[in-house]
Amino acid sequence: MARALADTGIVTAEVPTRRRRRDRGGALAHVILVVSVVVLAFPLYYALVISTQTVEQATSLPPSLLPSTHVLENYVTAWRKAEMGRLLLNSAVMSLSVAVGKIAISMLSAFAIVYFNFWGKQLVFWMVFVTLMLPIPVRIMSTYEVISSLGWINTYWGLSVPLMASATATFLFRQFFRTIPDSLAEAAQLDGAGPLRFLWSILIPLSMANIAALFVILFVYAWNEYLWPLMVTTRGEMRTAVVGLEALVPRGGSELPQWNVIMAAATMVLIPPVAVIVFMQRWFVKGLVETEK
Amino acid sequence: MKRAVFRNRWLPYALVAPQLAITLAFFFWPAFGSVRLSLFRASPFGDRLIFVGLGNFQRLFGDTAYLRSAITSIIFSFIVTLVGLALALLLASFANAKIRGLALYRSLLLWPYGIAPATAGILWLFIFHPSYGILPYLLSFVTSYQFNWFLKGWVALTLIIVTAVWKQFGYNLAFYLAGLQAIEASVLEAASVDGAGVVRRFLAITFPLLSPVTFFLFTLNMTFSFFDTFGIVHAVTQGGPGDATSLLVYKAWKDGFEGLQLGLSAAQSVVLMVVVTMLTVLQFRYAERKVTY
Repeated sequence: MARALADTGIVTAEVPTRRRRRDRGGALAHVILVVSVVVLAFPLYYALVISTQTVEQATSLPPSLLPSTHVLENYVTAWRKAEMGRLLLNSAVMSLSVAVGKIAISMLSAFAIVYFNFWGKQLVFWMVFVTLMLPIPVRIMSTYEVISSLGWINTYWGLSVPLMASATATFLFRQFFRTIPDSLAEAAQLDGAGPLRFLWSILIPLSMANIAALFVILFVYAWNEYLWPLMVTTRGEMRTAVVGLEALVPRGGSELPQWNVIMAAATMVLIPPVAVIVFMQRWFVKGLVETEK
Repeated sequence: MKRAVFRNRWLPYALVAPQLAITLAFFFWPAFGSVRLSLFRASPFGDRLIFVGLGNFQRLFGDTAYLRSAITSIIFSFIVTLVGLALALLLASFANAKIRGLALYRSLLLWPYGIAPATAGILWLFIFHPSYGILPYLLSFVTSYQFNWFLKGWVALTLIIVTAVWKQFGYNLAFYLAGLQAIEASVLEAASVDGAGVVRRFLAITFPLLSPVTFFLFTLNMTFSFFDTFGIVHAVTQGGPGDATSLLVYKAWKDGFEGLQLGLSAAQSVVLMVVVTMLTVLQFRYAERKVTY
Protein backbone atom coordinates (compact mmCIF):
# COMPACT_ATOMS: atom_id res chain seq x y z
CA MET A 1 0.00 0.00 0.00
CA ALA A 2 2.85 2.32 0.78
CA ARG A 3 4.01 2.11 -2.82
CA ALA A 4 0.57 3.03 -4.07
CA LEU A 5 0.56 6.06 -1.79
CA ALA A 6 3.99 7.05 -2.93
CA ASP A 7 2.92 6.90 -6.55
CA THR A 8 0.00 9.24 -6.28
CA GLY A 9 1.47 12.67 -6.05
CA ILE A 10 0.21 13.64 -2.63
CA VAL A 11 2.97 11.84 -0.81
CA THR A 12 5.76 12.24 -3.33
CA ALA A 13 7.78 15.28 -4.16
CA GLU A 14 6.45 15.38 -7.71
CA VAL A 15 2.94 16.60 -8.22
CA PRO A 16 1.05 16.35 -11.47
CA THR A 17 0.70 19.88 -12.73
CA ARG A 18 -1.24 19.12 -15.87
CA ARG A 19 -4.96 19.03 -15.52
CA ARG A 20 -7.26 17.05 -17.74
CA ARG A 21 -10.54 18.57 -16.74
CA ARG A 22 -10.90 22.06 -15.34
CA ASP A 23 -14.22 21.36 -13.74
CA ARG A 24 -16.14 22.70 -10.78
CA GLY A 25 -14.55 19.97 -8.67
CA GLY A 26 -11.27 21.85 -8.89
CA ALA A 27 -12.67 25.01 -7.35
CA LEU A 28 -14.47 23.08 -4.65
CA ALA A 29 -11.30 21.16 -3.87
CA HIS A 30 -9.37 24.39 -3.43
CA VAL A 31 -12.04 25.85 -1.16
CA ILE A 32 -12.11 22.74 1.04
CA LEU A 33 -8.35 22.44 1.24
CA VAL A 34 -7.89 26.14 2.02
CA VAL A 35 -10.52 25.99 4.76
CA SER A 36 -8.91 22.85 6.22
CA VAL A 37 -5.49 24.48 6.18
CA VAL A 38 -6.81 27.63 7.89
CA VAL A 39 -8.78 25.76 10.57
CA LEU A 40 -5.81 23.49 11.20
CA ALA A 41 -3.48 26.48 11.53
CA PHE A 42 -5.72 28.44 13.88
CA PRO A 43 -4.49 27.02 17.22
CA LEU A 44 -0.90 27.78 16.26
CA TYR A 45 -1.80 31.25 15.00
CA TYR A 46 -3.68 31.94 18.22
CA ALA A 47 -0.72 30.78 20.32
CA LEU A 48 1.66 32.98 18.33
CA VAL A 49 -0.65 35.98 18.74
CA ILE A 50 -1.02 35.43 22.50
CA SER A 51 2.76 35.16 22.79
CA THR A 52 3.05 38.75 21.54
CA GLN A 53 0.54 40.26 23.97
CA THR A 54 0.69 41.46 27.57
CA VAL A 55 -0.99 39.37 30.27
CA GLU A 56 -3.86 41.88 30.32
CA GLN A 57 -4.36 41.59 26.58
CA ALA A 58 -4.10 37.81 26.65
CA THR A 59 -6.70 37.48 29.39
CA SER A 60 -9.15 40.13 28.25
CA LEU A 61 -12.55 39.52 26.72
CA PRO A 62 -13.34 39.62 23.89
CA PRO A 63 -10.08 37.86 22.96
CA SER A 64 -7.86 39.83 20.65
CA LEU A 65 -6.80 37.93 17.55
CA LEU A 66 -4.26 40.49 16.45
CA PRO A 67 -0.58 40.42 17.33
CA SER A 68 0.75 42.97 19.78
CA THR A 69 4.26 44.30 20.28
CA HIS A 70 5.51 42.49 23.38
CA VAL A 71 7.32 39.74 21.53
CA LEU A 72 10.79 40.24 22.88
CA GLU A 73 9.91 40.62 26.55
CA ASN A 74 7.61 37.56 26.54
CA TYR A 75 10.16 35.35 24.89
CA VAL A 76 12.92 36.58 27.18
CA THR A 77 10.71 35.97 30.23
CA ALA A 78 9.80 32.51 28.99
CA TRP A 79 13.44 31.72 28.25
CA ARG A 80 14.49 32.69 31.79
CA LYS A 81 11.49 31.38 33.69
CA ALA A 82 11.54 27.91 32.17
CA GLU A 83 15.34 27.78 31.80
CA MET A 84 14.50 27.14 28.19
CA GLY A 85 18.13 27.06 27.07
CA ARG A 86 18.81 24.04 29.19
CA LEU A 87 15.54 22.31 28.28
CA LEU A 88 16.11 22.80 24.56
CA LEU A 89 19.68 21.55 24.92
CA ASN A 90 18.42 18.41 26.69
CA SER A 91 15.83 17.82 24.00
CA ALA A 92 18.41 18.35 21.27
CA VAL A 93 20.89 15.95 22.86
CA MET A 94 18.21 13.33 23.40
CA SER A 95 16.61 13.61 19.96
CA LEU A 96 19.88 13.64 18.05
CA SER A 97 21.31 10.70 19.99
CA VAL A 98 18.12 8.67 19.65
CA ALA A 99 17.85 9.38 15.92
CA VAL A 100 21.52 8.72 15.14
CA GLY A 101 21.73 5.76 17.54
CA LYS A 102 18.60 4.10 16.19
CA ILE A 103 19.78 4.49 12.62
CA ALA A 104 23.25 3.10 13.36
CA ILE A 105 22.06 0.19 15.48
CA SER A 106 19.26 -0.77 13.09
CA MET A 107 21.52 -0.57 10.10
CA LEU A 108 24.12 -2.86 11.67
CA SER A 109 21.57 -5.49 12.62
CA ALA A 110 19.81 -5.32 9.25
CA PHE A 111 23.21 -5.74 7.60
CA ALA A 112 23.89 -8.84 9.67
CA ILE A 113 20.44 -10.29 8.96
CA VAL A 114 20.59 -9.76 5.20
CA TYR A 115 24.24 -10.46 4.42
CA PHE A 116 25.17 -13.26 6.82
CA ASN A 117 23.95 -16.68 7.79
CA PHE A 118 24.32 -17.30 11.46
CA TRP A 119 22.82 -19.47 14.11
CA GLY A 120 19.88 -17.76 15.80
CA LYS A 121 19.18 -15.31 12.99
CA GLN A 122 15.47 -16.11 13.01
CA LEU A 123 15.37 -15.63 16.75
CA VAL A 124 17.05 -12.23 16.50
CA PHE A 125 14.57 -11.19 13.85
CA TRP A 126 11.55 -12.13 15.96
CA MET A 127 12.97 -10.54 19.08
CA VAL A 128 13.27 -7.28 17.21
CA PHE A 129 9.74 -7.71 15.89
CA VAL A 130 8.27 -8.30 19.35
CA THR A 131 9.55 -4.92 20.57
CA LEU A 132 6.71 -3.44 18.51
CA MET A 133 4.38 -4.90 21.10
CA LEU A 134 6.26 -3.48 24.06
CA PRO A 135 5.79 0.29 24.01
CA ILE A 136 6.76 2.22 27.13
CA PRO A 137 3.31 2.12 28.79
CA VAL A 138 3.42 -1.66 29.12
CA ARG A 139 6.61 -1.58 31.17
CA ILE A 140 6.39 1.61 33.18
CA MET A 141 7.44 0.60 36.69
CA SER A 142 9.87 -2.16 35.75
CA THR A 143 11.74 -0.03 33.20
CA TYR A 144 12.14 2.62 35.85
CA GLU A 145 13.70 -0.02 38.10
CA VAL A 146 16.15 -1.03 35.39
CA ILE A 147 17.15 2.56 34.68
CA SER A 148 17.60 3.39 38.34
CA SER A 149 19.63 0.25 39.05
CA LEU A 150 21.96 1.32 36.23
CA GLY A 151 22.24 4.74 37.89
CA TRP A 152 20.90 6.32 34.71
CA ILE A 153 18.15 8.45 36.27
CA ASN A 154 18.79 12.11 35.34
CA THR A 155 21.40 11.27 32.72
CA TYR A 156 21.55 11.62 28.96
CA TRP A 157 22.26 7.88 28.83
CA GLY A 158 18.95 7.15 30.49
CA LEU A 159 17.14 9.58 28.22
CA SER A 160 18.47 8.17 24.99
CA VAL A 161 20.06 4.69 25.01
CA PRO A 162 16.94 2.67 25.97
CA LEU A 163 15.03 4.23 23.06
CA MET A 164 17.61 3.23 20.48
CA ALA A 165 16.27 -0.23 19.61
CA SER A 166 13.93 -0.01 16.66
CA ALA A 167 11.97 -2.66 14.84
CA THR A 168 10.68 -0.16 12.30
CA ALA A 169 14.10 1.09 11.27
CA THR A 170 15.56 -2.44 11.22
CA PHE A 171 12.77 -3.65 8.92
CA LEU A 172 13.18 -0.63 6.70
CA PHE A 173 16.91 -1.24 6.21
CA ARG A 174 16.33 -4.95 5.77
CA GLN A 175 13.79 -4.31 3.01
CA PHE A 176 16.12 -1.85 1.37
CA PHE A 177 19.23 -4.05 1.54
CA ARG A 178 17.29 -6.89 -0.04
CA THR A 179 16.64 -4.76 -3.12
CA ILE A 180 20.37 -4.24 -3.67
CA PRO A 181 21.73 -6.73 -6.23
CA ASP A 182 23.93 -9.50 -4.84
CA SER A 183 26.41 -8.79 -7.61
CA LEU A 184 27.49 -5.61 -5.81
CA ALA A 185 28.57 -7.50 -2.73
CA GLU A 186 30.19 -10.21 -4.82
CA ALA A 187 32.11 -7.65 -6.83
CA ALA A 188 33.23 -5.98 -3.62
CA GLN A 189 34.47 -9.33 -2.35
CA LEU A 190 36.38 -9.99 -5.57
CA ASP A 191 38.04 -6.64 -5.09
CA GLY A 192 39.11 -7.81 -1.68
CA ALA A 193 36.71 -5.68 0.36
CA GLY A 194 35.56 -7.21 3.63
CA PRO A 195 31.99 -6.90 4.90
CA LEU A 196 32.63 -3.78 6.96
CA ARG A 197 34.35 -2.09 4.06
CA PHE A 198 31.36 -3.00 1.86
CA LEU A 199 28.95 -1.60 4.45
CA TRP A 200 30.89 1.63 4.81
CA SER A 201 31.79 2.37 1.19
CA ILE A 202 28.80 0.96 -0.66
CA LEU A 203 25.74 0.28 1.49
CA ILE A 204 25.78 3.46 3.54
CA PRO A 205 26.16 5.79 0.54
CA LEU A 206 23.34 3.89 -1.20
CA SER A 207 21.15 4.24 1.90
CA MET A 208 21.44 8.01 2.28
CA ALA A 209 17.85 8.67 1.19
CA ASN A 210 16.53 6.14 3.70
CA ILE A 211 18.80 7.51 6.40
CA ALA A 212 17.57 11.06 5.83
CA ALA A 213 13.93 9.95 5.86
CA LEU A 214 14.38 7.96 9.06
CA PHE A 215 16.30 10.78 10.66
CA VAL A 216 13.39 13.20 10.29
CA ILE A 217 10.81 10.76 11.63
CA LEU A 218 13.00 9.62 14.55
CA PHE A 219 14.09 13.13 15.50
CA VAL A 220 10.48 14.28 15.69
CA TYR A 221 9.49 11.14 17.59
CA ALA A 222 12.22 11.58 20.19
CA TRP A 223 11.71 15.33 20.59
CA ASN A 224 8.02 14.76 21.27
CA GLU A 225 8.39 11.77 23.58
CA TYR A 226 6.74 12.54 26.90
CA LEU A 227 6.31 9.53 29.17
CA TRP A 228 9.93 8.43 28.89
CA PRO A 229 11.65 11.69 29.96
CA LEU A 230 9.01 12.14 32.63
CA MET A 231 9.93 8.73 34.05
CA VAL A 232 13.70 8.83 33.89
CA THR A 233 14.30 12.42 34.99
CA THR A 234 13.42 13.92 38.33
CA ARG A 235 15.50 17.07 38.37
CA GLY A 236 14.29 20.15 36.51
CA GLU A 237 17.58 20.67 34.70
CA MET A 238 17.40 17.22 33.10
CA ARG A 239 13.83 17.56 31.81
CA THR A 240 13.22 17.83 28.10
CA ALA A 241 11.49 20.87 26.62
CA VAL A 242 8.15 19.16 25.98
CA VAL A 243 7.95 17.90 29.56
CA GLY A 244 9.33 21.11 31.08
CA LEU A 245 6.61 23.14 29.43
CA GLU A 246 4.02 21.45 31.61
CA ALA A 247 5.55 23.02 34.72
CA LEU A 248 4.52 26.47 33.46
CA VAL A 249 0.82 25.63 33.19
CA PRO A 250 -0.98 27.14 36.18
CA ARG A 251 -2.81 24.61 38.34
CA GLY A 252 -5.40 26.56 40.29
CA GLY A 253 -3.29 28.71 42.60
CA SER A 254 -3.51 32.44 43.04
CA GLU A 255 -0.61 33.26 40.77
CA LEU A 256 -1.55 35.41 37.80
CA PRO A 257 -1.52 33.01 34.85
CA GLN A 258 0.99 34.35 32.36
CA TRP A 259 -0.54 32.81 29.28
CA ASN A 260 1.49 35.06 27.03
CA VAL A 261 4.71 33.65 28.51
CA ILE A 262 3.41 30.07 28.35
CA MET A 263 2.57 30.48 24.68
CA ALA A 264 6.00 32.00 24.02
CA ALA A 265 7.56 28.95 25.68
CA ALA A 266 5.25 26.58 23.77
CA THR A 267 6.33 28.23 20.52
CA MET A 268 10.00 27.68 21.33
CA VAL A 269 9.31 24.04 22.17
CA LEU A 270 7.37 23.26 19.02
CA ILE A 271 9.52 25.11 16.50
CA PRO A 272 12.44 22.64 16.20
CA PRO A 273 10.44 19.53 15.19
CA VAL A 274 8.06 21.52 12.98
CA ALA A 275 11.03 23.23 11.33
CA VAL A 276 12.65 19.86 10.67
CA ILE A 277 9.45 18.67 9.02
CA VAL A 278 9.03 21.82 6.95
CA PHE A 279 12.63 22.10 5.81
CA MET A 280 13.11 18.37 5.25
CA GLN A 281 9.64 17.94 3.80
CA ARG A 282 10.69 15.56 1.07
CA TRP A 283 12.45 13.22 3.49
CA PHE A 284 9.68 13.51 6.04
CA VAL A 285 7.07 12.34 3.55
CA LYS A 286 9.31 9.51 2.39
CA GLY A 287 9.80 8.53 6.02
CA LEU A 288 6.07 8.57 6.75
CA VAL A 289 5.38 6.34 3.78
CA GLU A 290 8.22 3.92 4.39
CA THR A 291 7.92 3.50 8.12
CA GLU A 292 4.13 3.75 8.47
CA LYS A 293 4.75 1.88 11.70
CA MET B 1 15.23 -14.28 -1.58
CA LYS B 2 18.65 -12.85 -1.24
CA ARG B 3 21.69 -15.02 -0.75
CA ALA B 4 23.76 -14.35 2.31
CA VAL B 5 27.08 -13.50 0.76
CA PHE B 6 29.53 -12.89 3.54
CA ARG B 7 30.96 -15.57 5.77
CA ASN B 8 32.22 -14.82 9.22
CA ARG B 9 31.87 -16.68 12.46
CA TRP B 10 31.59 -13.86 14.94
CA LEU B 11 30.99 -10.66 12.97
CA PRO B 12 27.19 -11.07 12.55
CA TYR B 13 26.85 -11.46 16.32
CA ALA B 14 28.88 -8.34 16.90
CA LEU B 15 26.66 -6.48 14.45
CA VAL B 16 23.41 -7.45 16.13
CA ALA B 17 24.84 -7.12 19.64
CA PRO B 18 23.88 -3.47 20.30
CA GLN B 19 20.32 -4.04 19.12
CA LEU B 20 20.01 -7.22 21.17
CA ALA B 21 21.54 -5.70 24.29
CA ILE B 22 19.06 -2.81 24.25
CA THR B 23 16.16 -5.08 23.37
CA LEU B 24 16.94 -7.47 26.20
CA ALA B 25 17.79 -4.89 28.84
CA PHE B 26 15.10 -2.31 28.16
CA PHE B 27 12.30 -4.23 26.48
CA PHE B 28 12.26 -7.91 27.40
CA TRP B 29 13.58 -7.73 30.92
CA PRO B 30 11.22 -4.89 31.98
CA ALA B 31 8.28 -6.54 30.18
CA PHE B 32 9.04 -9.72 32.08
CA GLY B 33 9.38 -7.54 35.19
CA SER B 34 5.91 -6.07 34.58
CA VAL B 35 4.42 -9.53 34.41
CA ARG B 36 6.31 -10.66 37.52
CA LEU B 37 5.51 -7.49 39.47
CA SER B 38 1.84 -7.83 38.58
CA LEU B 39 1.73 -10.96 40.74
CA PHE B 40 3.03 -9.17 43.85
CA ARG B 41 2.09 -6.30 46.05
CA ALA B 42 4.30 -4.20 48.29
CA SER B 43 4.17 -4.89 52.02
CA PRO B 44 2.68 -2.12 54.23
CA PHE B 45 6.14 -0.68 54.88
CA GLY B 46 7.12 -1.07 51.25
CA ASP B 47 10.23 -3.01 52.20
CA ARG B 48 9.39 -6.31 50.52
CA LEU B 49 7.03 -7.85 47.98
CA ILE B 50 4.26 -10.27 48.87
CA PHE B 51 3.10 -12.81 46.30
CA VAL B 52 -0.61 -12.38 45.60
CA GLY B 53 -1.06 -14.48 42.46
CA LEU B 54 -3.75 -12.98 40.27
CA GLY B 55 -4.94 -10.84 43.18
CA ASN B 56 -3.98 -7.60 41.49
CA PHE B 57 -6.01 -8.48 38.41
CA GLN B 58 -8.99 -9.45 40.56
CA ARG B 59 -8.71 -6.15 42.37
CA LEU B 60 -8.35 -4.29 39.09
CA PHE B 61 -11.42 -5.77 37.44
CA GLY B 62 -13.45 -5.30 40.60
CA ASP B 63 -12.40 -1.67 40.88
CA THR B 64 -14.99 0.74 39.50
CA ALA B 65 -12.35 3.48 39.06
CA TYR B 66 -10.34 1.16 36.80
CA LEU B 67 -13.36 0.04 34.82
CA ARG B 68 -14.36 3.69 34.39
CA SER B 69 -10.87 4.44 33.12
CA ALA B 70 -11.10 1.52 30.68
CA ILE B 71 -14.46 2.71 29.39
CA THR B 72 -13.20 6.30 29.09
CA SER B 73 -10.18 5.07 27.12
CA ILE B 74 -12.31 3.00 24.77
CA ILE B 75 -14.76 5.88 24.20
CA PHE B 76 -11.88 8.30 23.73
CA SER B 77 -10.00 6.08 21.27
CA PHE B 78 -13.05 5.23 19.18
CA ILE B 79 -14.27 8.83 19.01
CA VAL B 80 -10.82 10.15 18.11
CA THR B 81 -10.40 7.47 15.45
CA LEU B 82 -13.89 7.43 13.97
CA VAL B 83 -14.47 11.20 14.01
CA GLY B 84 -10.96 11.80 12.72
CA LEU B 85 -11.31 9.32 9.87
CA ALA B 86 -14.87 10.29 8.94
CA LEU B 87 -13.97 13.98 8.79
CA ALA B 88 -10.82 13.32 6.80
CA LEU B 89 -12.60 10.99 4.36
CA LEU B 90 -15.48 13.43 3.88
CA LEU B 91 -13.21 16.38 3.15
CA ALA B 92 -10.86 14.29 1.03
CA SER B 93 -13.78 13.08 -1.11
CA PHE B 94 -14.85 16.64 -1.83
CA ALA B 95 -11.30 17.78 -2.36
CA ASN B 96 -10.43 14.93 -4.70
CA ALA B 97 -9.73 16.64 -7.99
CA LYS B 98 -6.73 17.02 -10.19
CA ILE B 99 -5.65 20.42 -8.97
CA ARG B 100 -2.50 22.44 -8.80
CA GLY B 101 -0.56 22.92 -5.61
CA LEU B 102 -1.17 19.55 -3.95
CA ALA B 103 2.40 19.53 -2.64
CA LEU B 104 1.86 22.90 -1.00
CA TYR B 105 -1.42 21.77 0.56
CA ARG B 106 0.29 18.64 1.78
CA SER B 107 2.93 20.71 3.58
CA LEU B 108 0.27 22.94 5.07
CA LEU B 109 -1.65 19.90 6.30
CA LEU B 110 1.18 17.78 7.66
CA TRP B 111 3.03 20.16 9.96
CA PRO B 112 0.90 19.47 13.08
CA TYR B 113 2.46 15.99 13.01
CA GLY B 114 5.57 17.67 14.38
CA ILE B 115 3.89 19.09 17.45
CA ALA B 116 4.05 16.95 20.59
CA PRO B 117 0.64 15.81 21.86
CA ALA B 118 1.38 17.58 25.13
CA THR B 119 2.25 20.86 23.43
CA ALA B 120 -0.81 20.58 21.21
CA GLY B 121 -2.83 20.05 24.37
CA ILE B 122 -1.52 23.29 25.84
CA LEU B 123 -2.52 25.24 22.71
CA TRP B 124 -6.03 23.83 22.92
CA LEU B 125 -6.20 24.25 26.69
CA PHE B 126 -6.07 27.99 26.22
CA ILE B 127 -8.68 27.96 23.44
CA PHE B 128 -10.95 26.03 25.85
CA HIS B 129 -9.99 28.14 28.88
CA PRO B 130 -13.23 28.93 30.78
CA SER B 131 -12.16 32.49 31.66
CA TYR B 132 -10.07 33.64 28.70
CA GLY B 133 -10.55 31.07 25.96
CA ILE B 134 -12.07 32.04 22.65
CA LEU B 135 -14.27 28.95 22.40
CA PRO B 136 -16.29 29.36 25.63
CA TYR B 137 -16.45 33.08 24.80
CA LEU B 138 -18.04 32.41 21.41
CA LEU B 139 -20.34 29.74 22.84
CA SER B 140 -21.55 32.17 25.49
CA PHE B 141 -23.41 34.07 22.75
CA VAL B 142 -25.33 30.93 21.82
CA THR B 143 -26.07 29.37 25.18
CA SER B 144 -25.79 30.14 28.86
CA TYR B 145 -24.32 26.68 29.50
CA GLN B 146 -20.90 26.96 31.14
CA PHE B 147 -18.36 25.10 29.03
CA ASN B 148 -15.91 24.80 31.88
CA TRP B 149 -13.55 21.89 31.55
CA PHE B 150 -12.20 22.47 35.05
CA LEU B 151 -15.62 21.43 36.36
CA LYS B 152 -17.32 19.33 33.72
CA GLY B 153 -15.90 15.96 32.81
CA TRP B 154 -17.35 15.74 29.33
CA VAL B 155 -15.94 19.15 28.39
CA ALA B 156 -12.49 18.04 29.56
CA LEU B 157 -12.86 14.83 27.55
CA THR B 158 -13.93 16.90 24.54
CA LEU B 159 -10.83 19.04 24.98
CA ILE B 160 -8.46 16.09 24.78
CA ILE B 161 -10.46 14.51 21.94
CA VAL B 162 -10.29 17.73 19.92
CA THR B 163 -6.54 17.96 20.56
CA ALA B 164 -5.96 14.38 19.41
CA VAL B 165 -8.18 14.71 16.34
CA TRP B 166 -6.50 18.00 15.42
CA LYS B 167 -3.06 16.52 15.72
CA GLN B 168 -3.88 13.53 13.49
CA PHE B 169 -6.17 15.30 11.05
CA GLY B 170 -3.74 16.52 8.41
CA TYR B 171 -2.03 13.15 8.34
CA ASN B 172 -5.33 11.31 7.84
CA LEU B 173 -6.46 13.75 5.18
CA ALA B 174 -3.18 13.47 3.28
CA PHE B 175 -3.36 9.68 3.24
CA TYR B 176 -7.03 9.65 2.15
CA LEU B 177 -6.30 12.14 -0.61
CA ALA B 178 -3.47 9.95 -1.81
CA GLY B 179 -5.73 6.91 -1.71
CA LEU B 180 -8.48 8.68 -3.64
CA GLN B 181 -6.12 9.96 -6.28
CA ALA B 182 -5.01 6.38 -6.86
CA ILE B 183 -8.52 5.30 -7.84
CA GLU B 184 -8.94 5.30 -11.59
CA ALA B 185 -11.29 8.07 -12.71
CA SER B 186 -12.51 5.77 -15.47
CA VAL B 187 -14.03 3.35 -12.94
CA LEU B 188 -16.09 6.13 -11.41
CA GLU B 189 -17.03 7.51 -14.80
CA ALA B 190 -18.25 4.10 -15.94
CA ALA B 191 -20.43 3.86 -12.86
CA SER B 192 -21.68 7.36 -13.50
CA VAL B 193 -22.64 6.44 -17.07
CA ASP B 194 -24.49 3.44 -15.67
CA GLY B 195 -26.60 5.90 -13.69
CA ALA B 196 -25.04 5.58 -10.24
CA GLY B 197 -25.42 8.76 -8.18
CA VAL B 198 -22.77 10.41 -6.04
CA VAL B 199 -23.71 8.56 -2.87
CA ARG B 200 -24.04 5.22 -4.64
CA ARG B 201 -20.67 5.68 -6.36
CA PHE B 202 -19.08 6.47 -3.03
CA LEU B 203 -20.59 3.50 -1.19
CA ALA B 204 -20.19 0.95 -3.95
CA ILE B 205 -16.82 1.92 -5.37
CA THR B 206 -14.82 4.54 -3.56
CA PHE B 207 -15.23 3.31 0.00
CA PRO B 208 -14.43 -0.37 -0.73
CA LEU B 209 -11.42 0.61 -2.82
CA LEU B 210 -10.20 2.78 0.04
CA SER B 211 -10.52 0.04 2.62
CA PRO B 212 -6.76 -0.67 2.82
CA VAL B 213 -6.13 3.01 3.57
CA THR B 214 -8.98 3.07 6.06
CA PHE B 215 -7.69 -0.03 7.76
CA PHE B 216 -4.16 1.30 7.97
CA LEU B 217 -5.36 4.64 9.35
CA PHE B 218 -7.72 2.91 11.77
CA THR B 219 -5.03 0.85 13.50
CA LEU B 220 -2.62 3.78 13.42
CA ASN B 221 -5.12 6.14 15.04
CA MET B 222 -6.24 3.56 17.59
CA THR B 223 -2.64 2.95 18.61
CA PHE B 224 -2.01 6.68 18.75
CA SER B 225 -5.06 7.42 20.87
CA PHE B 226 -4.42 4.53 23.23
CA PHE B 227 -0.69 4.89 23.75
CA ASP B 228 0.56 8.28 22.60
CA THR B 229 -1.92 10.54 24.31
CA PHE B 230 -0.40 10.28 27.76
CA GLY B 231 1.25 13.66 27.27
CA ILE B 232 -2.06 15.41 26.53
CA VAL B 233 -3.63 14.09 29.72
CA HIS B 234 -0.59 14.75 31.88
CA ALA B 235 0.06 18.26 30.58
CA VAL B 236 -3.54 19.42 30.33
CA THR B 237 -6.21 17.75 32.46
CA GLN B 238 -4.12 15.53 34.75
CA GLY B 239 -6.92 13.01 34.55
CA GLY B 240 -9.49 15.45 35.88
CA PRO B 241 -11.90 16.79 36.75
CA GLY B 242 -12.37 13.85 39.12
CA ASP B 243 -11.19 11.00 36.91
CA ALA B 244 -13.10 12.05 33.80
CA THR B 245 -10.03 12.00 31.58
CA SER B 246 -7.99 9.38 33.40
CA LEU B 247 -7.05 7.20 30.42
CA LEU B 248 -5.56 3.76 31.01
CA VAL B 249 -1.95 4.72 30.35
CA TYR B 250 -2.25 7.76 32.59
CA LYS B 251 -3.80 5.69 35.35
CA ALA B 252 -1.09 3.02 35.11
CA TRP B 253 1.56 5.72 35.43
CA LYS B 254 -0.22 7.57 38.25
CA ASP B 255 -0.97 4.46 40.34
CA GLY B 256 2.67 3.43 40.01
CA PHE B 257 4.55 6.70 40.31
CA GLU B 258 2.27 8.72 42.54
CA GLY B 259 0.23 6.03 44.29
CA LEU B 260 3.30 3.77 44.64
CA GLN B 261 1.10 0.73 44.09
CA LEU B 262 3.69 -1.16 42.12
CA GLY B 263 1.82 -4.42 41.72
CA LEU B 264 -1.40 -2.75 40.70
CA SER B 265 0.37 -0.52 38.20
CA ALA B 266 2.21 -3.52 36.76
CA ALA B 267 -1.05 -5.41 36.39
CA GLN B 268 -2.38 -2.44 34.39
CA SER B 269 0.72 -2.58 32.23
CA VAL B 270 0.04 -6.25 31.54
CA VAL B 271 -3.52 -5.42 30.46
CA LEU B 272 -2.10 -2.76 28.12
CA MET B 273 0.30 -5.36 26.75
CA VAL B 274 -2.70 -7.44 25.72
CA VAL B 275 -4.27 -4.41 24.02
CA VAL B 276 -1.14 -3.48 22.09
CA THR B 277 -0.58 -7.10 21.07
CA MET B 278 -4.11 -7.26 19.67
CA LEU B 279 -3.62 -4.01 17.76
CA THR B 280 -0.28 -5.17 16.34
CA VAL B 281 -1.64 -8.56 15.29
CA LEU B 282 -4.63 -6.83 13.69
CA GLN B 283 -2.36 -4.44 11.86
CA PHE B 284 -0.10 -7.14 10.49
CA ARG B 285 -2.75 -9.69 9.71
CA TYR B 286 -5.00 -7.43 7.69
CA ALA B 287 -2.52 -4.99 6.27
CA GLU B 288 -0.72 -7.96 4.69
CA ARG B 289 2.63 -6.80 5.83
CA LYS B 290 5.50 -8.99 4.84
CA VAL B 291 7.20 -9.89 8.05
CA THR B 292 7.88 -13.51 7.25
CA TYR B 293 11.40 -14.45 6.66
